[in-house]
Amino acid sequence: MLDRVTFGAGMASAEGNSRGGHGPAIEVRGLIKNFDEIQAVRGVDFEVAAGEVFGFLGPNGAGKTTTINMLCTLAHPTAGSARVAGHDVVRERDDVRRNIGLVFQDPTLDTYLSGAENLRMHAELYGVERRLVGPRMEQVLKMVGLWQRRDSPVGTYSGGMRRRLEIARGLMHSPRVLFLDEPTIGLDPQTRRSIWTYIRELKEREEITIFMTTHYMDEAEWCDRIAIMDHGEIVALDAPEALKAAIGTDRVTIHTDDNARAIAELSERFGVEARISEGAVVFGVPEGEAFVPRLFAELDIPIRAVSVSRPTLDDVFMSYTGTTIRDAEEDQAVNRSRQMMRVMHGGARR
Amino acid sequence: MTTTAPSAVTEALEPQTPVVRVHVPKRSLASELRAIKIVWRRELIRYRSDRLRMVTTLVQPLLFLFVLGAGLQSIARFGTHGVSLKTFIYPGILCISVMFTAMFSAASIVWDREFGFLREMMVAPIRRSSIVVGKCLGGATVAGFQGLIVIALAGLVHVPYDPLLLLGIFLLQLALAFAITAFGVMIAVRIKQMQSFMGVMQMVVMPMFFISGALFPVAGLPAWLAVLNRLDPLTYAVDPMRRLVFNHLTISPAARRVLDPGVTWWSWHVPVLLEVGVIIALGLGMLGIAIWEFSTTE
Repeated sequence: MLDRVTFGAGMASAEGNSRGGHGPAIEVRGLIKNFDEIQAVRGVDFEVAAGEVFGFLGPNGAGKTTTINMLCTLAHPTAGSARVAGHDVVRERDDVRRNIGLVFQDPTLDTYLSGAENLRMHAELYGVERRLVGPRMEQVLKMVGLWQRRDSPVGTYSGGMRRRLEIARGLMHSPRVLFLDEPTIGLDPQTRRSIWTYIRELKEREEITIFMTTHYMDEAEWCDRIAIMDHGEIVALDAPEALKAAIGTDRVTIHTDDNARAIAELSERFGVEARISEGAVVFGVPEGEAFVPRLFAELDIPIRAVSVSRPTLDDVFMSYTGTTIRDAEEDQAVNRSRQMMRVMHGGARR
Repeated sequence: MTTTAPSAVTEALEPQTPVVRVHVPKRSLASELRAIKIVWRRELIRYRSDRLRMVTTLVQPLLFLFVLGAGLQSIARFGTHGVSLKTFIYPGILCISVMFTAMFSAASIVWDREFGFLREMMVAPIRRSSIVVGKCLGGATVAGFQGLIVIALAGLVHVPYDPLLLLGIFLLQLALAFAITAFGVMIAVRIKQMQSFMGVMQMVVMPMFFISGALFPVAGLPAWLAVLNRLDPLTYAVDPMRRLVFNHLTISPAARRVLDPGVTWWSWHVPVLLEVGVIIALGLGMLGIAIWEFSTTE
């Protein structure tokens, strides 16, 4: 379904390609954000090079949105500093705002206005030169495939069309850095893929740095580099391939009639720590294919099926956090703190 | 739904228009004015596309004017010295129709917050005050338009279509609409949910309307009501409006004395210009508070 091969060609070449080059697009030093008792972001450091597609990966409640809000000047850091497009997010707020485009997790379109009116409104708010508003609008709307529908009210757009319009709007003023907070959340796989096509194409066409958050592991593969965030901290940061290679183990999945016993035996005989994922026993070992014959020879319980695969980003996440991203999200404690955060976000003033 | 994802993909991959690079200038007075203008224009676009709102906000004022006016006519006849009750309450109706519309316009801030659009404006490189000023001017303009509809009904309640009178009414309405929108925005900035805003609106608007003297002469009231009446800002819009309308009616001096006694402060007749000044000053004051509040939230 998600045919990555078709679009993956440009990815490797994009690595480390810093166009526009006026130093890093984003520079973050010891960034901290506290909401009363809760530490949402606990001191993160990273740099994003100009022209990079940089992904922030982690479960809901990991602090991704809080970080992005600080970078977008929507939240004040409790401590630390951040520079975006060469400007300090606290002291030079307006300069940051002039140079960034934003696509929020929640919709921010005026559904009563048409697509074109939404973009025009944006151009006026940002003071884009009048003679360029029309041509720029045509370009961004064509890029997201909404040029034909530009005069329909946004209320008649589908979810995917709205998200594409938001991306187009974020690009209206030619930002140097585009922030996308969960750009594909709640969309069907086909629409998600088409949005990723736009994002990659965008990178090819415009001199732009893209900073995005996602909790879809498969989507992080599209990024040049990713930072894995958990409980307000960055636990790993590298290119997706490098992160997967660094794990050094393959993922082995076995189906048995007695998973608990299988886990116990795996631990006893091979010293591997296995876990249950979606009804199967999963564990990581170096050179997985070579391990399979030993598995059959030495395990006492019958194995119904076995598969070996290269590590995924989910395994990377697992290896750094000790839990899968899905389990992390289902964790009640995380949920509870997330709800608290939401309440506090709603009531927070600065 | 008509544009499916695959077709969108092919469209995206076709060779297309060249990249148009634009530039966002530093913040300046010109850019703020442009932002104010677009926020103002958006209010107008929304008003134009919301025909239902034009009708619904007219229902209440027209009910008061024609149903209450006609219904109470028989018992009011002896007190009005032959002047139709509809004619008497018409100036008050001119004020409240503007008031209702202006409050609805202000509600759009709550609406924008609930549906996220406020955020789009908040992150733009413009001053928060530009958003508030644009909203207030937009609300005032929309309410002014709505007022025109009620002005057009003048003939039905025996008020002559005198150009000077109509202009005067319109300008007074604009001033009132601006003040009320500023008031509404001031409240709306603090409120996160549409339902709460509607509740607050009911709680504030109806008492203001009833106490203002839109439906009764403001002389010879019980002491408590007289005090409340003088404190009600709407009083200072209804009174000049009534004076303006009555100046253009041919009625007996006795009727004029009873129906249009004018507002007094400790038996001092408040001049019309001062009353208008009160409205404008209140409007500007509330605009100031709204801007201040808006700049300090979120």
